[in-house]
Amino acid sequence: MAHGGNHAATHTHGHEGHPDQEALRMMGFWIFLITDCILFGTLFATYVVLHGSTAGGPTASELFEMPGVIAETFILLTSSFTSGLAVLAMNRGNKRGLIGWLAVTAILGASFIGLEVTEFVKMVHEGATIGTSAFLSGFFTLVGTHGLHVSIGLVWMIALMIQLGRHGINSVTKRKVGVVSLYWHFLDVVWIFVFTIVYMMGVK
Amino acid sequence: MKWKGTYRRIAAFMTMVLTTVLLAGCSDVVVLNPKGSIGQQQMDLILISTVLCLIVVVPVLVLTFWIAWRYRKRDKNQAAYQPNWDHSTKLETIWWGIPIIIIAVLAVITVQYTYKLEPSKPIEHEAEPIVIQVTSLDWKWMFLYPEQGIATVNYLKFPANRPVRFELTSDAPMNSFWIPQLGGQIYTMSGMAMKLNLIADEPGEYKGAGANFSGKDFGQMNFVATATSDADFEKWVADVKKSYPALTKEGYVELAKPGTSLVRSFSSFPKGLFNDIVMKYQVDGSGHHHGGGSEAASGAKEEGVKTASGAQGASDRDMSAMAGHDMSAKTDQGMTSHNHNG
Amino acid sequence: MKINSLSDFFVTGDPLIYGADVAIGLTMVAVVLVLTLFKRWGWLWREWLTTVDHKRIGIMYVIASLLMLFRGGMDALLMRTQLAMPNMEFLKPDHYNAIFTTHGVIMILFMAMPLMFGLFNLVVPLQIGARDVAFPFLNSLSFWLFFMGAMLFNLSFVIGGSPDAGWLSYPPLSEKMFSPGVGQDFYIWGIQISGIGSLMTGINFIVTILKMRAPGMKLMKMPMFSWSVLSSCLTIILAFPILTVTLALLFIDRYFGAHFFTLDGGGNPMMYINLIWMWGHPEVYIVILPAFGIFSEVVATFSRKKLFGYKSMVFALMSISLFSFFTWAHHFFTMGSGADVNAFFALTTMLIAIPTGVKVFNWLFTMFRGKITFESPMLWTMGFIPCFVVGGMTGVLLSVAPADFQFHNSYFLIAHFHQVLIGGVAFGYFSGLYYWWPKVFGFKLNEKIGRYAFWFWNIGFYVCFMPQYVLGLMGMTRRVSTYGWDSGWWEWNFVSTIGGFLMGIGFLFQVWQILHSIKFMERVSGDPWNARTLEWSIPSPAPAYNFATIPHVRERDDWWATKERKAQGLPEEPRAPLEPIHMPKNSGIPIIMSACWFVAGFGLVFDWLWLAIPGFIGIAASMLAHSFNYNTDYYIPVDEIERTEAAAGRVV
Repeated sequence: MAHGGNHAATHTHGHEGHPDQEALRMMGFWIFLITDCILFGTLFATYVVLHGSTAGGPTASELFEMPGVIAETFILLTSSFTSGLAVLAMNRGNKRGLIGWLAVTAILGASFIGLEVTEFVKMVHEGATIGTSAFLSGFFTLVGTHGLHVSIGLVWMIALMIQLGRHGINSVTKRKVGVVSLYWHFLDVVWIFVFTIVYMMGVK
Repeated sequence: MKWKGTYRRIAAFMTMVLTTVLLAGCSDVVVLNPKGSIGQQQMDLILISTVLCLIVVVPVLVLTFWIAWRYRKRDKNQAAYQPNWDHSTKLETIWWGIPIIIIAVLAVITVQYTYKLEPSKPIEHEAEPIVIQVTSLDWKWMFLYPEQGIATVNYLKFPANRPVRFELTSDAPMNSFWIPQLGGQIYTMSGMAMKLNLIADEPGEYKGAGANFSGKDFGQMNFVATATSDADFEKWVADVKKSYPALTKEGYVELAKPGTSLVRSFSSFPKGLFNDIVMKYQVDGSGHHHGGGSEAASGAKEEGVKTASGAQGASDRDMSAMAGHDMSAKTDQGMTSHNHNG
Repeated sequence: MKINSLSDFFVTGDPLIYGADVAIGLTMVAVVLVLTLFKRWGWLWREWLTTVDHKRIGIMYVIASLLMLFRGGMDALLMRTQLAMPNMEFLKPDHYNAIFTTHGVIMILFMAMPLMFGLFNLVVPLQIGARDVAFPFLNSLSFWLFFMGAMLFNLSFVIGGSPDAGWLSYPPLSEKMFSPGVGQDFYIWGIQISGIGSLMTGINFIVTILKMRAPGMKLMKMPMFSWSVLSSCLTIILAFPILTVTLALLFIDRYFGAHFFTLDGGGNPMMYINLIWMWGHPEVYIVILPAFGIFSEVVATFSRKKLFGYKSMVFALMSISLFSFFTWAHHFFTMGSGADVNAFFALTTMLIAIPTGVKVFNWLFTMFRGKITFESPMLWTMGFIPCFVVGGMTGVLLSVAPADFQFHNSYFLIAHFHQVLIGGVAFGYFSGLYYWWPKVFGFKLNEKIGRYAFWFWNIGFYVCFMPQYVLGLMGMTRRVSTYGWDSGWWEWNFVSTIGGFLMGIGFLFQVWQILHSIKFMERVSGDPWNARTLEWSIPSPAPAYNFATIPHVRERDDWWATKERKAQGLPEEPRAPLEPIHMPKNSGIPIIMSACWFVAGFGLVFDWLWLAIPGFIGIAASMLAHSFNYNTDYYIPVDEIERTEAAAGRVV
């Protein structure tokens, strides 16, 4: 999304108080995350309102299978850790380490998505679809939106690995890696809320 | 001389116009011509808040035109010019202070009236309230009289000087039930039984309307509410019972189909019809309410009117404003439905 | 949707719509012909469609919003015509329902919002001494998303059928069960696509204002318009995600058969009403706050005096944007939420009246002891103050919850919000448009025709909407398509209709004014109003790079102070030497990506996956193409800057 700028630009802005382009983009991304927080917040609110409205369909405790969900949680938490390692490698100037850790992160992310899709497919086969009840509408939409975010992050990471291969570590790619890893940590935090509010409180 | 005459004629004309408007106002401006204690109090509140606002608004309007006139740029304008005067703690305190005081006064009055005029609160009156169950359909109003056992479409009658307890729901997109001369409105929503208490102080015909847009022919959802003497009411009920057909279950299904309707009367209606309509939209088997599909008697007499207890504080408003409706929807056994106890 | 014949696809059967079809077709043919004949396609593409220059994007926003004002205004006049007399059969009920729906959506989302964004773009970077916004590419993308969203929405007029469930599209009416047609889907995707653009604009201008102010311009030295933009954008980023989610959920209900807001399956329509107003109420403040900023600039300039109570004004702006999030339930006091909820929201609503009232006093005391002249921008401001004061007052009346039981959904409410939206927002943006027009285009708009426009609008407004207050008290509910002779409403409605047409004439005067002023172009200097802030320190129109050298700011009204120093014969600040200026390159990706959104949206409206999927693939491809492009900037060399500045008559 961000507008990749040539960094040679910075020195021509001889004036004080003129931030460089990459710092602007980082700030822009932080603000984007605020909007995304509200987006998820709204989805959580709708889920909480509707979670009891099962309309005769299956309830949360009948439906959720915790082993799979716990596995998903561990995978995603680990991927957050490896994305942190990627940033550390970048800060050391280690391009191969950076790409490698990003790849590990992406693979973990892909397995998370794989597990989630399996879970969804299973539910649908059991007859618990998005149209079954308001509870399930809220469930699939909230968890699915998180999954969609993770998937977008995957595509983005792959694109970034290719760009790192081409351009190496420079101020632009550095910012991009920073942004992706920020995004990834954010999704991790959202997942912790999903895990707690949807699954833990659901099976209780 | 000639001019004087013209002025006099203009003045006379204006007086005439004003009188006409005001006289017309008495009958046509229904909100300001209430015929029941609820509407009366709501009009009082409208007038009080208007006067309070005018205390600020009129001086501001005068000031606006005076300042614009006084400080317009003219060669001969001797008014002071202070291009760098941009702050005065004293003045700014005054105009933060005045609105704060006015709003504080208005706030106190508003809160008092909000509790006093809570629509679900029964009206204190020596007479027993009459219950009328209101259902908004596409695009007509159906009124059930559980105590009398009759039903009407697009018109209703009730005795004057006796509180009317409306119980309202919808078997179609949300609408809003409004009889301006008796008092303000409340939404009719599927799966919920709302409550509105009104009273007519004198016999008369009062216009009512569906105030919330609900689709194609929503504009046709007008009705006349007639307040009568007790005797006339009894006579009307007897007449309806005698000379009109019964509303059957099939008849209701037919009636509920989208379309407009003329006024109609029915000598009886299926037992528990209103409750069935409410329960139809409550299919969530979540268990946090009880009595799903409970037997609804036409005997809404078992009273049990609970006023909105207002258990929920403002602090948890966010969720309760949303979720609260979900819960207010749950009807207890029988007909006592309460309005949002959170 | 399954399309069996052309008449399922095209809206048919109404002469008005056939007329519109012909008009749209002819206009498109004419545009294509003109562009081809004058060999202007390349120019259009290079200079406008792919531009990332905030000034040009601003101009495109303004043009688009004026077109939308025309469409929304036509809707309004059609409605007023239908209501002029009892029992009119000019519009059938379903046609009338579609028209009030599109009128509301277009006026708020496709007229007020883009006009506001246009003014943001035209003014903010110049006012804070920046060379562009923080994210020029994103800015262009925002515009094109808005534009494509608006086009998608408007397309429903001739293809598929317009939405007709009200401007906020309450379920269950807007659910598939009661609105099976494609109109609602046009509504969802038109707003959704442009809403993403609005969200990005919000982010863009927050970063621009916080990070790109000229050196020395501390936040408390920033011009009031920029403050108002900041408060509006903060409100945008907090409110718009809620809209995105709400519409997405409605779409999921309609498309996948989910049960968020349905009557069956445990859905909760009241949740939609809460959610949409959690966005909807802040939204009206989003559009009014920048108008407050405009009035602050205009009043100070035309009173030749510093803005009174600057700190109060900043505090008021910020508290309004904060409070706007705690009042939403006042839109449905009649939902029976109980006295506690109603009392709470009545109080929060009243609280907002306090900072708003304070602002009016500050404007008045900016004029007090000034030397006021009444050119067009000031005239609109003078029209605004009484109108907004009265509109604000009726707003306070509506906030009194038990009294609202009698006002709700009546013409009293209609009159109130038109008074604050026309008297506040429209008058405000007009004022801003007249004020900054010379800066944008380098010539002034004809004052004399402008005065006619103003008086027609202003008088027309009162003639149109004052009777509606009375109608509300007479029990006339909103959205009724006709009424009977026995209602006693027709005299007031007739007068109201006359007022509507007077405003229409006012609009025609404005069109004439623009055309006339283009023909007899009166060129102006960089500072035609003897104004106060930085945007007036550079030539009109501003060069592509805005500032040849970035100014150093010392005071609140820095340009005014500079002029005063000059008048006192004090030496001018030495300017920094010219350096090559770093600029973003144009990009075709925003328009292509937005067109893909249009295609995807259109596909989803008709449930044509063969169209929607390629659309989404196009969106993804555009994003990746942009991500992989590292060649996005260029430099303007010093000698070109010197030539440009010399041409504008300036020595650097």
